Amino acid sequence: MKTMQGLFIRCLAATLALGTSMLAFSQAAFAWEPKKPVDFVIMAGKGGGADRMARLMQSVIEKNDFASKPFIPINKPGGSGAEALLHLKNAKGIAADHTVMVTLNSFYTTPMRQKNLGIDPLSFTPVGRMAEDTFLLWVHKDSGITNIEDFVKAAKAEGRDWIMAGTGKGQEDQLLTDFLNGAYGLQMKYVPFKGGGRVAKELAGKHAHSTVNNPSEQLGFYEAGTTMPIASFTPERLPMFQEAPTFKELGKNFVYFMQRSVVGPQAMSDEAEEYYRGVFKKVYDSPEWQKYMTDKSLQGEFITGDELIAYWTDNNGRHETILKAIGEI
Amino acid sequence: MEILDALLQGFIVALEPINLLLVIVGVTVGLFIGAMPGLGSVNGVAILLPTTFLVPPTSAIIFLAAIYYGAMYGGAISSIMLGIPGASTAVATTFDGRPMALRGEADQALTAAAVASFVGGTISVLLFTGFAPPLAEVALAFGSPEEFALMMLAFATFIGLGGDDIPKTLFSIFIGLALSAVGLDIISGEPRLIFFDIQGFFHGINFLVLAIGIYGIGEMLWTIESSRGNVRVSKAMVSVDRILGALRRTKEAVGAIFAGSFLGYFVGILPAAGATPGSMMAYGVAKMISKKPDSFGKGNISGVAAPEAANNAASTGSMLPMLTLGIPGSPTTAILLGGMVIWGLEPGPRLFVDQAEFVWGLIASLYIANLFAVLVNIAFIPAFIWVLKMPFTILAPVIFILCVVGGYAPTQNMHDVWLMFVFGIAAYLLRKLDYPMAPAVLAIVLGPLAEVSLRQSLLIAHGSPMIFFERPIAATIMAISFVLFALPLVKYIRARLSDRAAGL
Amino acid sequence: MRRMEIIMAIVMGLCSIGLMIKSAELEIGWIPDEGPGGGAFPFWLAAGMLVCCIWIAFNWWQRTSPPSTSVEAFMDRPALILFIIAAGSLALMIGLVHLIGIYGSVPIFLVFYLRLFGNHSLRLTSALALTIPVAIFFFFEVTLKITLPKGSIEWIERVIFFPLYEIFL
Repeated sequence: MKTMQGLFIRCLAATLALGTSMLAFSQAAFAWEPKKPVDFVIMAGKGGGADRMARLMQSVIEKNDFASKPFIPINKPGGSGAEALLHLKNAKGIAADHTVMVTLNSFYTTPMRQKNLGIDPLSFTPVGRMAEDTFLLWVHKDSGITNIEDFVKAAKAEGRDWIMAGTGKGQEDQLLTDFLNGAYGLQMKYVPFKGGGRVAKELAGKHAHSTVNNPSEQLGFYEAGTTMPIASFTPERLPMFQEAPTFKELGKNFVYFMQRSVVGPQAMSDEAEEYYRGVFKKVYDSPEWQKYMTDKSLQGEFITGDELIAYWTDNNGRHETILKAIGEI
Repeated sequence: MEILDALLQGFIVALEPINLLLVIVGVTVGLFIGAMPGLGSVNGVAILLPTTFLVPPTSAIIFLAAIYYGAMYGGAISSIMLGIPGASTAVATTFDGRPMALRGEADQALTAAAVASFVGGTISVLLFTGFAPPLAEVALAFGSPEEFALMMLAFATFIGLGGDDIPKTLFSIFIGLALSAVGLDIISGEPRLIFFDIQGFFHGINFLVLAIGIYGIGEMLWTIESSRGNVRVSKAMVSVDRILGALRRTKEAVGAIFAGSFLGYFVGILPAAGATPGSMMAYGVAKMISKKPDSFGKGNISGVAAPEAANNAASTGSMLPMLTLGIPGSPTTAILLGGMVIWGLEPGPRLFVDQAEFVWGLIASLYIANLFAVLVNIAFIPAFIWVLKMPFTILAPVIFILCVVGGYAPTQNMHDVWLMFVFGIAAYLLRKLDYPMAPAVLAIVLGPLAEVSLRQSLLIAHGSPMIFFERPIAATIMAISFVLFALPLVKYIRARLSDRAAGL
Repeated sequence: MRRMEIIMAIVMGLCSIGLMIKSAELEIGWIPDEGPGGGAFPFWLAAGMLVCCIWIAFNWWQRTSPPSTSVEAFMDRPALILFIIAAGSLALMIGLVHLIGIYGSVPIFLVFYLRLFGNHSLRLTSALALTIPVAIFFFFEVTLKITLPKGSIEWIERVIFFPLYEIFL
């Protein structure tokens, strides 16, 4: 009965669409396509890195007509992404096929820190990993610090008065701060602020001594010569910041990335999964996205399906180890 | 002269036919989005962002700036006509705008708001043109302690806004602040006050939910009861003569408008503060400098003009940290910032040098958008007045529907609609018992800013509150706010003493 | 009015206590070297609310606040009926959104309110009940691209809205 009904509606919709969008029709006529605007959930607030990226993806989709229906960004930053994860978990029926979400690393850490949510990130539908964002250690130019030795010396001298600004308790920036504290025997004070842009400004205004911003957040100040990177948390030096050595080179084998992935609800149908995978692969390959990745020092290939699940499993385990080590869970 | 030259170049860009057309369309669209309760400039800018991909970046940001301006003007419309602030920036406008509309002076209030917005917008763009780089330094110098001091100043300026009943006013402030704490505690990273484990509380209580609940639903219930549900046409008139008269009347408010413009602009350039505290402080200051402070809250034209001048000035102001520091001073600039990224422009101190055409084109378009916004706004006043003349039994259900849709739209969550309904009922019952509601609405906006900056400062200072008095900027602002806090107390004591001397 | 004043003070006082208990789930004290804990801010505000409620109750007892001396009824019978109709129909409309969506509940609400409450003509009522949902659809869904709730009965969405989306989006 349901299929009959579905077929009838599909025929009806197709007939109606005939006159309006020849383009949609020319692509495989029977492939699954969204029937209504797609909810494009963002696991973070307006103006942050994830938000900007989601809006870029939306614009690329819109500009190039990659999808037949609009993608509508909705910010759900509540509970460090808990609200967004629950929204995805509870998406059933029509909603399951018309919801996708942009995630970051709170995708792993929020379910670990809030066990009562009952969320297993690995159960979500892997649509695609769009990029990995990189982290660097930044200081103000006026501090006179140019390398990690200076940094450690200065931070040791200040002891608990050394302020490290970051974006939230128990999130990426704090994990990195705790790593630095542990690796170099420092006692830097971690102060959370709302949003990476704000963190970057705290450093530029000398309200903080150091930060672990993404390149996109510090770029403006870096180009103006206000701030500079000391070292990067990447396996190799970043093309844009050749002067900053990696922590690997400095003898601390620590590499850390922020994932920028798109996921779907558990209940998403296979056809829909296939469709979104195609859309986001096209976004990844678009010149706009590629330019953005180069400009902002993003890395990583487009991966999806089992490969993405394997990537998640690996990172989920790593985060569990890190969070346990610093006593957050 | 270098600046004037650059500005001239900017005007040439902004006056290209396509850009001019975009300004006019943007202002008009923005006006309607802003006038809808629940929708503000954020929605307008966010929704139209991707469509701007079709035009060059300079035209795109001009379009978005026009929408931004239009929506800021539009926010005053629902505040005055319906008493529902469409956005947090327009809360202060309701205090006197609504009483004026109830007296049949909606056209006067709307005109005053439009003119004040124009003056505020123009002054702020002039300041922007002349002093952007040095002001960026000021914004950079503002850290958490300064921000907290500023919040204290904001609280101090509207201390006199409450009702006569002291415990009820305090209660209203406390409950507003407490509601603002719901959601996530960013310092400890823990979810907080998730009542009955309802997941809708994770995102906190949006200002709009409380404001639409109190001013939309609560106020409507109140009106229905006091009018006994009768078909009643509200007094509203409009004519060219009346609008010209209103323009003359706006002269009364010149002092308030100028004070509001400067204050709004300076508060607006500070990161994280944005237009809302600016407009509230402007209202407080207008009341302080007024010769008739008692008429505030009862329909004083200065009470409409000051916050409107301030919120437009602040919206220009908040573009400054966005362009020069890459940090948004308001949710709307956060979206605009996203737009700049999409267009491949890098915000930061270098932007004024590397992308001079873009920056000056934007500034020039702000002048033009401002001019068109005031013209379009005044042209639509008769249409808005016509809406007000509808029988109340038609207006009421339509407003209820707008409240429901407007409460849903920002977060797309039915939880917020129910919450709004509960707040509406509670506000109605409390209001009958003389509990003032405005302090709660103001508190929910300022609460998170004040709490977070306080705790960040204390973290930095290892728990020592002396940090607020050791830093020169913070200490100065703190001192001013203490004086403002003390003033009403001194007045009160003096009044008591003179009463006693008179033998009462 | 006088009775309601004290009832409200007591109810609000109980809410304050509830809020204090809820806030105490997080650290409410002063964490050395850091400042106040996560629960401190709401806890002490709730405490402040409680103090205000006691103060209001004291004023009630002293008969110094206007409502505590008022002999008027808090809500007389006609007022209560109006309140129940207005608030009740609104609650019903919001409830119906969950079931049949905005586009189902808005016309029902309008018909009820305009026809039974406002005594407007059938023609005006039906005109508004039809045009307002259409206006909402075009303003919110088409222009602003905000998807409004369609309710839990999925076939409504499939049959009515999928074709509409196909045409207008």
